[in-house]
Amino acid sequence: MFRRLPDVDDATIEVTIDGRAERVRAGDTVTAALFSVGIESHRTADVSGTPRTPYCMMGVCFECLVVIDGVGNRQGCLVPIRPGMRIETQRGKREVGR
Amino acid sequence: MMDLRDTYDVAVVGAGPAGLAAAANCARAGLMTVLFDEQASPGGQIYRAISTTPLKRDTIFGADYWSGAKLVRDFLASGAQYVPTATVWSLTREREIGVSVAGSARMVRAEQVILATGALERPFPVPGWTLPGVMTVGAAQILLKSSGLVPHGRTVLAGCGPLLWLLAWQYLNAGLCVDAILDTTPRAIRAIRHAPDFVLSPYLAKGLRLLLAVRRRVRVIANVVELRIEGRSHAESVVYRTISETEQRLPVDTVFLHQGVVPNVNLAMAVGIEHRWDEMQLCWTPVLDAAGNCGIPGIAVAGDGAGIAGAEAAQARGEIAGLAAVKALRPETLGRVLPDETTVRACLKRAMRGRAFLDAYYQPMSQFRRPIGNTIVCRCEEVTTGQIIDTVALGCNGPNQMKAFLRCGMGACQGRLCGLTVTELIAHARGVAPQATGYYRIRPPVKPITLAELAQLPKNESALRSVART
Amino acid sequence: MTKPPQREADVAVVGGGLVGASIAWGLARAGQRVVVLDEGDVAYRASRGNFGLVWVQGKGLGMPEYVAWTKRSSDGWKEFARLLNEQTGIDVGFRRPGGFHPCLSEREVEGRANLLARLHNQPATVKYDYEIVGRDRLKTMLPQIGPEVAGASYCALDGHVNPLRLLRALHAGMQQLGATYLSDHVVEQINVGGREFRLTTRHGELRAGKIVLAAGNGNARLGPMVGLKIPVRPQRGQIIVTEKVLPFLNHPIVTVRQTDEGSVMIGDSVEEAGWDVSVGTGVLAAMAERAVRMFPQLGRLNVVRSWAALRVMTADGFPIYAQSEHCPGAYVAACHSGVTLAANHALVLAPLIAKGSLPAEQFGGFSPRRFDVPAIA
Repeated sequence: MFRRLPDVDDATIEVTIDGRAERVRAGDTVTAALFSVGIESHRTADVSGTPRTPYCMMGVCFECLVVIDGVGNRQGCLVPIRPGMRIETQRGKREVGR
Repeated sequence: MMDLRDTYDVAVVGAGPAGLAAAANCARAGLMTVLFDEQASPGGQIYRAISTTPLKRDTIFGADYWSGAKLVRDFLASGAQYVPTATVWSLTREREIGVSVAGSARMVRAEQVILATGALERPFPVPGWTLPGVMTVGAAQILLKSSGLVPHGRTVLAGCGPLLWLLAWQYLNAGLCVDAILDTTPRAIRAIRHAPDFVLSPYLAKGLRLLLAVRRRVRVIANVVELRIEGRSHAESVVYRTISETEQRLPVDTVFLHQGVVPNVNLAMAVGIEHRWDEMQLCWTPVLDAAGNCGIPGIAVAGDGAGIAGAEAAQARGEIAGLAAVKALRPETLGRVLPDETTVRACLKRAMRGRAFLDAYYQPMSQFRRPIGNTIVCRCEEVTTGQIIDTVALGCNGPNQMKAFLRCGMGACQGRLCGLTVTELIAHARGVAPQATGYYRIRPPVKPITLAELAQLPKNESALRSVART
Repeated sequence: MTKPPQREADVAVVGGGLVGASIAWGLARAGQRVVVLDEGDVAYRASRGNFGLVWVQGKGLGMPEYVAWTKRSSDGWKEFARLLNEQTGIDVGFRRPGGFHPCLSEREVEGRANLLARLHNQPATVKYDYEIVGRDRLKTMLPQIGPEVAGASYCALDGHVNPLRLLRALHAGMQQLGATYLSDHVVEQINVGGREFRLTTRHGELRAGKIVLAAGNGNARLGPMVGLKIPVRPQRGQIIVTEKVLPFLNHPIVTVRQTDEGSVMIGDSVEEAGWDVSVGTGVLAAMAERAVRMFPQLGRLNVVRSWAALRVMTADGFPIYAQSEHCPGAYVAACHSGVTLAANHALVLAPLIAKGSLPAEQFGGFSPRRFDVPAIA
């Protein structure tokens, strides 16, 4: 869905996305990082289960909810990535205790 | 670990132009000032990523964007305490702020509170707007500015308003080809009476230049009156109709929607600030005096959250709100280190010039504010127009009863993406004005915080008694 | 779009909340021509702010009739839900898996056991089973219960329902049965003359052969107009709602329950705050803390909403049902358990109102005349 402009050659850090190790740009938010590795849909809708994509990138639409370091329903567009972060896309509702 | 004080002279919420200007003025006057913002770096949305963008070429974004850099520098040098990645989730009439940083919630008090939470994009509920591959123009700008990310493949922009053209222009500057702009700007008749003011405003020259540059290189389809996005699990095509023609279809990979911005009212409404329906801008704006004060002592609203007027007006209003706070707490410093209010008001007047024209010219058409039958209106709870209209027929005459019956507005976004649509749908179905129809009752937390965070906040005797069980 | 307002009815029900709507539904079902007069979109509306419990245990200390009335409603709820579903297609989500009242110390467990014993030892009190459950047994029934919970009382007759869907089903159902619903019709004045009642709203006058006052805390103002003293007062309760999660809590707890949509509701604060419906962080924090002590896993869930609503609290906490002696044909139904008692209101009370009298043996204890009798020490 998105590609990086050629001018951008910033440092990268390693995170885990859906269990896979990925190198992403330091300075990206979690949501931008997910887009940059080609993941378009980061969660499914609560009621129907259909795939959704982040819509606003500024923290008002709540379509960017993902699991970060084991805690679910976090707005990925507001969280800067950190080395070693574990990110998981959310399919269906969150589980209690995760 | 937050080294926040328990009380401040002034607390500002939002690091866009209004918040930055307000906080800087207060801090320079020697007031103990704190600014809370949700993002990791200052600038709000209009100056998003201004200090962190990886795209340093100033040929992409334009001079207006970079003018924000000075504002940020001045703020950072002013002495105000800057708290980024801070989520303000509640505010009381007694000016107690509930804020959460790094997973830990705190209550902070202030003598004066200035809300500068800005704007968000007006919902654009067309069929298919919830499909992956569909985002707002603002989202596209954020990805561009913050991360240097641009869309793959066939890209279509749809809607109306200056930001649409700005994005197209910025994409062209970045070397990206936009396949088409589907322009839903209504016919200009209503706007004509505001034209003289617009001609004299700074917006005309800038706007024309931009528009011409885009029109030279991008296919613009004007007078679009119907629009829907189709696809199975992803946006695959955009189907549209213009005034004079039959339906046309464009294959797409990404669609960016925009039809103007509206105040982000949730925090202001949660504290009980009265809002009124603006008939021109078709949204709710707070009822304020000339200094930005609302009816609640010590609380003011500045910036686009006080009424959409653009970045320069926001900055001026922020300055004015800051000066008002200084006047209330340390009037002896006025006129010494601070800008003169008359000058700032003159700036504001200049910045407001031509806005009425823009408002009238770009007022979205009703079919894009009140969608047809099956269109999802509440994205979070997946409630459609048809369901809402049927429930009006059941005697449900306002958004709060509607919320109770259909759950629209009960999702995570707290009505930010459906509230205006629901108000207008109910108003229209009943033949009643939006002002009389009302809006959702908003209460804290206006942003989510965890139960554990809430649990460790202070509780006084009466609070503990209220939950005690014999 | 809007039907022309009905100017005459057999029964005018004042109040379109759960009490009013249940009664209206039952009356319409009994063949009465019913008009429901309701407030507008922004109103106190206890029916939009409640917890959704269909609760039996612990109720009725001081009034054995109430114990029986409550149990009867809980037992009738399944059929009530089925009738509503059959008629409107709306499943209100009624479940009766049994409910718990957890205690956070041994002393609390003892206190609870004593209270329930006293309740059940009252003369002429209907019998039903309940259990005082110790920590170990509780852990087998509620594995997620936290280490601080010392025990609980359990009753198989306790359940819960989706209260908003219930309100919606009643509104749809009563209108399907021919009742007229008039929102934004606050009753300003009631005049009695001849064989009829005349209700004045800002849209004009409406005449009815009978009226039922089901206006919650508004009943206090309306009662005297028809010779009824209805001592009710607002009592604030605040509620927290979390984000939706996968099902993890099958049983309702008196202060925590998971809705059928997946969100977790936390509640049951009690404050005398007049008509103030603002939420207070202190109370929300206290409720959150207690919930997390009971179910530690809840700590990480996000709170997405909170609200405050005003219970309709009678002077002794028990319902008020009566027909006015001064103005026969005027009835009142006031209680704070509009959810639990909805089945009775719809299927027992409404038919009796339709027939024209509330038998003294059944309803004498609920009459507001009980407040006139000086308390005998």
